[in-house]
Amino acid sequence: MKQLVTSLYNQAGTSYKKRVQGIGTYGILLAFIVICVALALSTPRFLTVSNLTIIVTQVSINALLAFGVTFVIITGGIDLSLGSLVAVTGVVAAMFAHPDTFPLIVPLVFALGAGLLMGGFNGLVITKSKVPPFIVTLGTMTIGRGLALILSKGRPISNLSDSFNFIGGGKILGIPFPIIILLIVFVACSLLLRKTIWGRYMYAVGGNEQAARASGIPVEKIKMLVYMLSGTLAGLAGLVLTARITTGQPNAGQGFELDAIAAAIIGGTSTSGGSGSMTGTLIGALLIGVISNGLDLLNVTSYYQQVVMGVIIIGAVILDGLNRKAA
Amino acid sequence: MSAPQTYILQVSNLHKSFGGIKALDGVQLSLQRGEVLALMGENGAGKSTLMKILIGLESADSGEILFEGKPLKSSNVKQTLDRGISMIHQEILMVPELTVAENIFLGRETTRWLPGWVDDRHMYHQTDLLLAELGLTLSARTKMKYLSVAERQMVEIAKAISNNARIIIMDEPTSALSDKEVTTLFRIIRDLKAQGVAIIYISHKMEEIAQVADTITVLRDGRYIATKPAAELDKESLIALMVGRQIDQLFPEATTQKGETVLSVRNLSRAGAFSDISFDIRAGEVLGLAGLMGAGRTEVARVIYGLDAATAGEIFLKGQKVAVHSPQDAIRHGIGYLSEDRKALGCIPGMSVQHTLTLSSLARFATWGFIEATNEQETARRTVSELHVKTSGLDQGVMQLSGGNQQKVVLGKVLLANPDVVMFDEPTRGIDIGAKHEIYKLIRQLTARGIAVLLISSELPEIIGLCDRVLVLSQGRQTALLSGQEANPERIMQYAVPA
Repeated sequence: MKQLVTSLYNQAGTSYKKRVQGIGTYGILLAFIVICVALALSTPRFLTVSNLTIIVTQVSINALLAFGVTFVIITGGIDLSLGSLVAVTGVVAAMFAHPDTFPLIVPLVFALGAGLLMGGFNGLVITKSKVPPFIVTLGTMTIGRGLALILSKGRPISNLSDSFNFIGGGKILGIPFPIIILLIVFVACSLLLRKTIWGRYMYAVGGNEQAARASGIPVEKIKMLVYMLSGTLAGLAGLVLTARITTGQPNAGQGFELDAIAAAIIGGTSTSGGSGSMTGTLIGALLIGVISNGLDLLNVTSYYQQVVMGVIIIGAVILDGLNRKAA
Repeated sequence: MSAPQTYILQVSNLHKSFGGIKALDGVQLSLQRGEVLALMGENGAGKSTLMKILIGLESADSGEILFEGKPLKSSNVKQTLDRGISMIHQEILMVPELTVAENIFLGRETTRWLPGWVDDRHMYHQTDLLLAELGLTLSARTKMKYLSVAERQMVEIAKAISNNARIIIMDEPTSALSDKEVTTLFRIIRDLKAQGVAIIYISHKMEEIAQVADTITVLRDGRYIATKPAAELDKESLIALMVGRQIDQLFPEATTQKGETVLSVRNLSRAGAFSDISFDIRAGEVLGLAGLMGAGRTEVARVIYGLDAATAGEIFLKGQKVAVHSPQDAIRHGIGYLSEDRKALGCIPGMSVQHTLTLSSLARFATWGFIEATNEQETARRTVSELHVKTSGLDQGVMQLSGGNQQKVVLGKVLLANPDVVMFDEPTRGIDIGAKHEIYKLIRQLTARGIAVLLISSELPEIIGLCDRVLVLSQGRQTALLSGQEANPERIMQYAVPA
């Protein structure tokens, strides 16, 4: 005889299939389309190729971070260190990106490697010490910020090579390079999550860690993997940001982690773990970008924009809850 | 037929569908004051849906519910509770950090002086009276978390009484109780009866039903089958009503030859749990692990499976010494474990039937980490049909299945990893007789394929009916290794009860 508790699981169960197949993101996709149409109707400046390109370019950094944190949240964790990792990796990249010093590959490898290491550190502490991810990454958030300030001696690092700056400002066939990075990473992350055993294991770990372990899943390795992925993607975001502002800024990226988490949640990733999709997260990130762009175009001050954004995050989660009940 | 006004609850022609699935299809039920009605049926028969509707957690699609002659229409648990329908849950829902009295009065605290200012004295006094009335020697000031499962259940009953419950629904109330505690529960049930409280009693245990029930209502596949006085139904006819067919032989005969030794355990110990356990299981053999609750049976299986670490001893598989530090190691060495705790260790909420099935063998379906979808799906489909899992599809959430079907899916997951030895830990707990029979047949099929089986069970008929040999544990030590001929309930109990 099943009891009440299972009825809750059942609800989660019905939405799983939809989520995994990206159908659960219909609600948010619909909201996204409605908002785009509304903006297109209220200002002629919204629906232009140049404006849309600007939006996606601006969204790219947040989306890269959000993809990483989606992996983490699906396993039932959280990563608050992302913003600081953007700063550290950006500073590291800038240190090796001055013109006529090192080949371009050096700042790239060092920045991604720094992100990977910091993410690995998060994963290691979380799996070995059993301290909750919230606390551990809160710690590394501060550590990361400190490292960024130490490495840069508290000053922005500028005078970067043109080839490096291409990462943030260049175009291929008229498409800004950050958008190309965004698309490649999106496809790779989607495939990893949906088509590989590691993706499946992430859902299992977040859905019921004990059962995942008892099923022979290497739970600790999966956790290490998601934090390393998250860190590496933060490194990539750090590269794009540094190249875009052509400066290694130790103070960059403050609060980025919250925007990334917001994008994942708006996109339907459950903070209790076990469900979520990259498509949802991408739409979540785009929605945030479109709204702030739209409010800019409508001359709404940034103060109000923050209020609107908060309301949308809460609204998205409520909608998600209603969806689950209906399912 | 008695006059309708003597019925406290009358349910007629109740229908409820979830999606396309009919959970209830014209169900009826009548309950008189002071009556104990046993609601019987296999898992998935519609018992839980009916109860959820009665307590207002779900609403019916059509049909009528008369409570004390008036239509009961509420989709609100608080409302039905106020009207006098309470449910004692299988898994007890109480706040561990609050005291007995605080839990009993949770949500309806008496206040005085100021709004929101709890009148502790009144609350504790009332609770003491209530506990005394039930003949319980509990303090109202004890925190819930210090109580045993049985005591918590008694507190739930006390809560129902203090709510002026006129109908109390008990869902598998004895599943975690000792014999002595069951006796107490039955005494309380008789007292409640005497006070005119009606009880709907849900259980799979036939002996209990015979002891406690006045009437039995049987459901099958969401349909009403029959209501009969308990005295008129013997075990066989009741099973026939529930399954819709006779189960001629509950325990299928073993037909297999025993092969080479597959699993050997030597002097296995885990400090604080068990010590010096040694046994062998041969291919095609079923070794029973019997003992009382707390004898260390599950703990032995957990260590062999790598969920806990051994403090001493060795494990050999097909003669090779193996080191098992995690379930991952165990699975790699060909050890499978079907946990007694299906919810905590078997199923992942939100996962589909297909994904649950392949979870332990996923690497087999993957090249370079990428899952071959058609291969995975084909395997899942084959397993579902081999194990006769009743599911609406491979995409159905595993948690939506009935207990017996969940168990089959979890077993399918274990089997897909190609084990040489499978440890079944209380494989039939909480599942109905039809599903039990299927699990027994599956165990026989496994041994026929040369798999060695370790069977942990508290049900002695199961141990005796299935096992070739029985290892008896008592307080963490092995006290006897009985052959199939020697094993009978008396012998086993004699060794299981601590000297």
